[in-house]
Amino acid sequence: MDFITQLLNGLGLGSIYALIALGYSMVYGIVQLINFAHGDIIMVGGYALYVMLVIAGMPLWLAVLAPIVVCGLAGVLIERLAYQRLLTHNAERISLLITALGVSIFLQNLFMLLFKSDAKTMPPMFGSGVFELGGLSVTYSTLINIVVSVVMMIGLQMLVNRTKIGKAMQATSEDAGAAKLMGINTNKIIIITFAVGSILAAVGAVLYCNTYPQIKPTMGNLLGLKAFVAAVLGGIGSIPGAMLGGYLLGVLEQLTKAYITTEVTDAVVFAILIVVLLVRPAGLMGKNRKEKV
Amino acid sequence: MGKLKKKTGAYYLVNTVLTAILFTVLFLLISGRTLNNYWSGVVVLICINVILAVSLNLVTGILGQLVLGHAGFMLVGAYAAANFTRAVVTNGTMSLYVALPIAMVIGGLVAAVFGVVIGIPALRLRGDYLAIITLGFGEIIRVMANASFLQPVTNGAMGLSVKTFSNRTDPGAMFVFAFVVMALVIVISYTFGRSRHGRSVIAIREDEIAAEAMGVNTTYYKLFAFVLAAFIAGVAGALYAHHIGMIDPSKFDFNRSVEILIMVVLGGMGSISGSVISATVLTILPELLRGFSDYRMLLYSIILICVMLFRPSGLLGRYEISLPKLVDKLLHRKEKAAKTGEA
Repeated sequence: MDFITQLLNGLGLGSIYALIALGYSMVYGIVQLINFAHGDIIMVGGYALYVMLVIAGMPLWLAVLAPIVVCGLAGVLIERLAYQRLLTHNAERISLLITALGVSIFLQNLFMLLFKSDAKTMPPMFGSGVFELGGLSVTYSTLINIVVSVVMMIGLQMLVNRTKIGKAMQATSEDAGAAKLMGINTNKIIIITFAVGSILAAVGAVLYCNTYPQIKPTMGNLLGLKAFVAAVLGGIGSIPGAMLGGYLLGVLEQLTKAYITTEVTDAVVFAILIVVLLVRPAGLMGKNRKEKV
Repeated sequence: MGKLKKKTGAYYLVNTVLTAILFTVLFLLISGRTLNNYWSGVVVLICINVILAVSLNLVTGILGQLVLGHAGFMLVGAYAAANFTRAVVTNGTMSLYVALPIAMVIGGLVAAVFGVVIGIPALRLRGDYLAIITLGFGEIIRVMANASFLQPVTNGAMGLSVKTFSNRTDPGAMFVFAFVVMALVIVISYTFGRSRHGRSVIAIREDEIAAEAMGVNTTYYKLFAFVLAAFIAGVAGALYAHHIGMIDPSKFDFNRSVEILIMVVLGGMGSISGSVISATVLTILPELLRGFSDYRMLLYSIILICVMLFRPSGLLGRYEISLPKLVDKLLHRKEKAAKTGEA
């Protein structure tokens, strides 16, 4: 029973990774950029929630909307101000990466100046009770995490597969040049991708703050890194892959924490990244694309 | 052809003489205590930062890959070297003058081993995996250094005290080591970029597929450049540890990696002289603007973004400033002036 409890806790943690990994995966699928700033979007979402809930004292349902709006806007703004010029000029990959890194450091240090570098505690929000069944006991928030992430993934799959925008996204990721010739406004599609990715990260941020009620300006580093590992594990560019990778990573991390030691969990996550890159670089659900000359 | 050869020989001579003059002047200033402790410390720090920036430039400039864990390699090298000197100097087997060079090699080798372990999975693949995997390495090695089962080696967040040269009896010793290593690293990097290996690495940067088609073993050369940079970073970490005398994991955090990266980016990716200049300026500037330290990283990030947006190759690009060439130009101008005067 204890094992099943840990498994559920792992899935709850994995749901958060999965939501963040989706953003990495989508952006990478469309512009082949590892968006370092994505982890910091979560941090921005966390602080947006903190400002609304604690400083402004808004009711919960309204405060939860704040990170979604703020992160969506931040994602679009970052794309517009930092990446767009490089993307339209077909800049070298390393320039894009360094810009992404610059945005990440900028966000971290901006929030360090605004809110100081010490951790802020979030008030309890929802689902703090414990669900018990037989020997099983999990907090409701863990169950909420899992349900929300599944709902978000189904929504995203519908968006990508059933709508015109989604079709355009797929086309852009397949071949941006050809998509442009077919009359798709690829710039718009890229912006929409960033916005959707950031909104998913915002949902992840709300769930994260509810489960681990502490935020600080550098929290995006490790969280973003783990979500990236999840995206690579599942196969970068694939939506179900990112979800699967997130869940797997969460479970693995939780099990190491519970049965081995808490000190090496981060190293375990990192070792997973190395092993995946060595054994199956395309990830569990990724397609192994041949590069054409 | 003969003339060209003679010219390179002359260039090397001028460079060696100029380096020797710079070394002598700085050494006299430091050992004669004309520069106070604080500023001679800054000079040593400049040397270390130049070593770091030039070595990162091997990967970022010549290979064209982003590395975000240079501080991680420093950390590994620093702890390896510090533990070695602590052991041998304490029980009196060697004096620090003999032990430090050995410790630097040990630090470099340990860092190189880590470089191989994380380089192989990242560099076998195309794409930007090296950036994220080195970022992860830098973050996690720092967390691990605090772990309790590594306490005997690292002493955790409390910090590990390192053997240093006595400032009272020999203030110039650390400078000599740092300067000599710096000069060596610059020479190695410069000749590497022009060697057979270096040209292969440049070919990979320009077009990996074409390089592979031409028979360049891409994984081998990518790994070679990356591990060389890791080795040098380890050596720099060893120097740094013995310079400051007290190391703890927070001294090798992500910001440190970023600081080194910004030195490379600002100076110009692929320009060794650019790295030397920007490392020097960016080490002195914060010392002069102490009150500015809260905004330093914020400013750095804005500079990074702006440089990438408006001058993606960095301020100098791949251009090398060459002092002998400068001298040559001045002489030629005189010659020309004399010739036109005759006519």
